[in-house]
Amino acid sequence: MANQAQLKISPELADKIRAHGAQTYPHECCGGLLGRDTEVADRRVCREIHALHPLVNRRDDSPNNRFSVTSQDVLDAEKAARQQGLEVVGWYHSHPDHPARPSQYDRDHAWPWYSYIIVSVANRVPEEMTSWRLTDDRTEFECEEIGLQRVAS
Amino acid sequence: MSVKVIIPTPLRVYAGKVESTEVSAKTVGEALGQLTSKFGDLRKHLFTEDGKLRSFVNVYVNDEDIRYLSKENTPTRDGDTISIVPSIAGGFV
Repeated sequence: MANQAQLKISPELADKIRAHGAQTYPHECCGGLLGRDTEVADRRVCREIHALHPLVNRRDDSPNNRFSVTSQDVLDAEKAARQQGLEVVGWYHSHPDHPARPSQYDRDHAWPWYSYIIVSVANRVPEEMTSWRLTDDRTEFECEEIGLQRVAS
Repeated sequence: MSVKVIIPTPLRVYAGKVESTEVSAKTVGEALGQLTSKFGDLRKHLFTEDGKLRSFVNVYVNDEDIRYLSKENTPTRDGDTISIVPSIAGGFV
């Protein structure tokens, strides 16, 4: 939801996302974000990422500028999350040689509620990392602040 | 015909935060129609503006993908479970 604005992730997990993007360059990487939402003050919700669920990009035809996660991958990620007492709260992917900004294609294919982390990878070097959420009316992505800090389990 | 519809996590905020709901329907299309009548905010996330199921919305009847059955005309029987499962896509450009 649009009023949830902060995502907490440890520096180690953030580095793993960056490393995944470097590893699959020049193709896009992708994976699940496993975590939970915790209500904090004023009914605001803080989303914490506790684990990653790296996936294989299923877009064999255009892996340089597209990623795809099948419904079976989603079910597998949900199962992995449940086994750890967590939920799938979002997805990450890389933009090789492009900014960490969601494209029209990203928006057209997005689900609400999920956090979408994007890492820009330039010439195999990971750079900016951002996170986004689709608004309720599907018209835009809102940037979500990433808090790099240790997340209590 | 009472059919259970399982709502995916990202859409539960638009459905009273419930995990599933019961509807009375003879086909998958009817069940989804009843679901979106019950929870109107779900409609734009499941269907395009011209009323087609969005490409990244996958619907199963008792674990069978309706794309390999009769799509939204797939008949439902009393006690069936319909699952709505996301697939995820994106990329730059």
